[in-house]
Amino acid sequence: MGLVLLVVIWLITFVSAYFFIAKTWWLPTGASAAAAGIDHHFTTTYILMGIVFVAAQVLLGLFAWKYRDRAAGSPARYSHGNNTLEIVWTVLTLILFVGLNLMSSSIWASERFRPAEPGALQVEVTGMQFAWYFRYAGPDGKFGATKPESIDPSAGGESAIGLDTTDPASKDDVVTGTMYAPVNREVEVILRAHDVIHSFFVPSMRFKQDVVPGLAIHMHFTPISTGDYEIACAELCGLGHYKMHGMLKVVSQEDFDKWLAAREAEK
Amino acid sequence: MASYTPTVSLDDPRTSTGGNGHIPPRHHDGDDFGSSFFDVRLRRARLGLVVGLTGIVMIFISFSSAYVVRQGLPTLDPRTDVLFHDWFPVPLPRLLLINTAVLLISSLTMEIARRQAARKAALAQLVSVPGVSMHAKEEVSWLALTVVLGLSFLAGQWMAWRQLAASGFYVASSPSSSFVYLLTGMHGVHLFGGVVALLTAGAASLLRRPADSLAIAVDVTGWYWHFMAFLWVYILCLLEFVH
Amino acid sequence: MAGSAGGGEIIMATRELAAHELHAHAAPQGFIRKWVFSLDHKVIGLQYFFLALTAVFVGMFLSLLMRIHLIWPNVSLPLVGEIKPETYLSLLTMHGTIMVFFVLTTAPQGGFGNYFLPIQIGAADMAFPVLNMLSFWVTFLGYIVMLSAFFVVGGAPLHGWTGYPPLSALQSAGPGEGPGADLWVISIALFCIGALMSALNFITTTLDMRARGMSMMRMPLTCWAWFITAILGLLAFGVLFSAGILLLLDRNAGTSFFVPLVVVNGQLAAHKGGSPLLWQHLFWFFGHPEVYIAILPAMGLCSQLVSVFSRKPIFGYKAMVYAMLSIGLLGFMVWGHHMFMSGMSPYSAFAFSIMTMAIGVPSAIKTFNWLGTLWGGRIRFYSPMLFAIGFVSLFVSGGISGPFLAQPVLDIPLHDTYFVTGHFHLIMGVASIFGIFAATYYWFPKMFGRMMSESLARWHFWFTFVGTYAIFMPMHYLGMAGATRRYSQFTELAYLRDLIPLQKFITYAAIVTIAGQFIFLFNLFWSMKYGKKASDNPWEATTLEWTTATPPPHDNFGGHTPVVYNGPYEYSVPGAPRDYVMQNDPATVAAH
Repeated sequence: MGLVLLVVIWLITFVSAYFFIAKTWWLPTGASAAAAGIDHHFTTTYILMGIVFVAAQVLLGLFAWKYRDRAAGSPARYSHGNNTLEIVWTVLTLILFVGLNLMSSSIWASERFRPAEPGALQVEVTGMQFAWYFRYAGPDGKFGATKPESIDPSAGGESAIGLDTTDPASKDDVVTGTMYAPVNREVEVILRAHDVIHSFFVPSMRFKQDVVPGLAIHMHFTPISTGDYEIACAELCGLGHYKMHGMLKVVSQEDFDKWLAAREAEK
Repeated sequence: MASYTPTVSLDDPRTSTGGNGHIPPRHHDGDDFGSSFFDVRLRRARLGLVVGLTGIVMIFISFSSAYVVRQGLPTLDPRTDVLFHDWFPVPLPRLLLINTAVLLISSLTMEIARRQAARKAALAQLVSVPGVSMHAKEEVSWLALTVVLGLSFLAGQWMAWRQLAASGFYVASSPSSSFVYLLTGMHGVHLFGGVVALLTAGAASLLRRPADSLAIAVDVTGWYWHFMAFLWVYILCLLEFVH
Repeated sequence: MAGSAGGGEIIMATRELAAHELHAHAAPQGFIRKWVFSLDHKVIGLQYFFLALTAVFVGMFLSLLMRIHLIWPNVSLPLVGEIKPETYLSLLTMHGTIMVFFVLTTAPQGGFGNYFLPIQIGAADMAFPVLNMLSFWVTFLGYIVMLSAFFVVGGAPLHGWTGYPPLSALQSAGPGEGPGADLWVISIALFCIGALMSALNFITTTLDMRARGMSMMRMPLTCWAWFITAILGLLAFGVLFSAGILLLLDRNAGTSFFVPLVVVNGQLAAHKGGSPLLWQHLFWFFGHPEVYIAILPAMGLCSQLVSVFSRKPIFGYKAMVYAMLSIGLLGFMVWGHHMFMSGMSPYSAFAFSIMTMAIGVPSAIKTFNWLGTLWGGRIRFYSPMLFAIGFVSLFVSGGISGPFLAQPVLDIPLHDTYFVTGHFHLIMGVASIFGIFAATYYWFPKMFGRMMSESLARWHFWFTFVGTYAIFMPMHYLGMAGATRRYSQFTELAYLRDLIPLQKFITYAAIVTIAGQFIFLFNLFWSMKYGKKASDNPWEATTLEWTTATPPPHDNFGGHTPVVYNGPYEYSVPGAPRDYVMQNDPATVAAH
């Protein structure tokens, strides 16, 4: 039985580790400026934790087999422990765990402690049951007012976010169901929700933030390669949670300008 | 039982710390002559009460924390994107001060009842004449007085709620009014539990239950009652001064 | 020795009288007093155990339906029919709620803790038997109320076991958010009350009713675990109760504790100014200690079992106690790690993440000590030991994914994905269930006087050990690839469609593993009647429950209150006549 335990535990360990190392299923290719740092730290964490994982499971399996009760064998070692060992491995573990965390803190700080840069493109992202809407401020650089009373999700677009058409600043606001962003320029997202908590998750951008009713959360990221990137809702929001998705299209700055101009012209 | 015998001796069994076969130290288990089972049971009941009160304290700490957080929380006006504070304290009815006085007096009567019950239990241990219960009527009437005062407090709280409603402050009228009803209501529920405990103790007394069991019940209920009075004063101060 | 034995007898005689008088109630007569409203902690323990047993099969059935729907969303199942998206979410909500509360918080503590804490510390019963009886029936009532949510208009709620408002606070936010959600909150409130009553009993009993010689540092680690778990429960369940009251008021009295200005289905709701994050803080202040409540008893039992079945003292008893105490204490300081993405201040997030990494340390120490106990032992592979070894493996696997999630930067891609689901199922769900299985196989002889079938137990172990790894390890891969959790199907996003083959594998593994649980169920009931008769101490263990008759009499020790001379893990003591020394054996020198 000891040998069977060893074999099974080792097998499970090596098979699991294999799929991590082979990256059979892995994080999607990073497409934002922050991705490289996050992915690098992810790798550091998974190598260190992987070593601990394999070591612990290998030892467990080994001990299960090596110290099995045999008819002719020495009696079990009567030991209540070893205080020195306890202190040593406590300190080492503390250094490993807290060290890892401190290593990642600079990335966290740069992502979350600082506001968006002055020239960032502002996009207001609104989540509601069960769609995402994106609003661009237009040439005047100001977002028009919205009125909760005017919100009508069934009408889509401007009505869905309750745009107050009497506000002059609203005239040039563009509301779309697809998010466009120019490459290599920081995007400042202003995240809102109308009804329940949702979460704006763009896996390729390594970006996630809950959108909370009653709050307007300002965050930023910088796309660095063009392409189409799926947006998923990452906070349970009701029966349509699974189909509350969107698309982020990252294009060149001139394609973005053309697109925005075309949307303005439609208004 | 185990299959060993106490007469087996061992050849120098190795141990890691001291304690060579001496009888382990006396632990409080109440079998010394003189110290009674009453002491043990009373101690145990009081320990249980302290533990239970800790659980109740956590409930009110949660409510207090929600209160403080909500007070300081600015609200986003979606029309203007401006943050503003929407906390307007509720003017508390003067009646609450009268209710407080009633509750504090009930704490006094409760304490008298508690000491009476303790004295009776002590007497009962020495005077073992069955059926004799000196001061029985006195003890019951202090308990009864506490019940009456407690119920008066609760009635007064209900009247204070009516007064609030009459001035337009209902449960959902404003964040601060919600908390007024919440905190006073939760306290009232717990105090009512205390009233039920008192009634049970009173019934037990009338049914001539053993004096020591009665003393324990009244003791524990008494401390609970005092705690409820203290909790009420805390809630009143929170509502009145923290805003 | 003979002289002290004589003196000991006199002391014993006095103590018998004391124990008998202190044990206030005589053995009950009649079916109702003996089995329904029993005051005997052993009967109450069994009641909790069987409650958890029904709950786990309900919870498992719900998860089976979920897994089938995920890979075959349009299939119509017998009995249940077609599962709509909202139904899936109701199954998910009730699966989580029932498993966390009525299985993981019930069986290890209410079940085995109630049965064996008094016996292991040498007491005749819990401190407050009437309160104990009430705590079970309140919990039972909570269970009935929870199940009734399935049968009301709109059905069971769909807001997840975490119940975040505004989704959980607005009756119009989705199907099941009507009366079903109210019943859900009420059930949880009842559960809180039952848990607080139970915690009161456990703490008072441990502090005040230990037999002579049973110092705190001579208690088995199971008793330490139950004690610390009770303290956590005492401090945490009141907070959940408060949150529940506030939610009920938001739902039914028009208050706005948690609900800001919202528009649902084009209608402006009659709320404003509330904070959804307030619920999250209150809930997780309870919720994080709750996960330790779920795992600590299993940790205590694992320590017990690796020692008994390696015939070695536990490696580092004191370190194990301090580790459990630190886990308990730190457990109250880390709740914000569930909220890194919530909109909470990023500075708070940083503080919470440091504390979270710190709490990994005592868990690691415990793992090292379990390995240290196996090292140099003479391991006997009886079924309790198989599940104990399985527990260590699962605890390592589930624990290793923690440091990923504990770092906010890495939580950005991983939060609310299947990585989290894999993590908590391994570390809290499966590991804790292994503790429950281990406890059942270990204590069954003492509770029912018969042995469970070892061969059936082995089948059960292998099905479950390999099966649960097959279910939950792949979830980490899914999560890294961005598979979001609580989705009722994966048909709408391209990258999720690509992951369906792996989801299929998980479902097949789940079907097989769930089937394997019926081996356990059969073994349990069959052995009660036909199992081999058990001796009083079939495992040759040292703790006090193995000194009693089998099953134990009403006052546990038949009038002979034990006196404790030894620590709980005196195995293979050099020079001793056998490789184990009972805790109440006066002839061996007490090491601790």
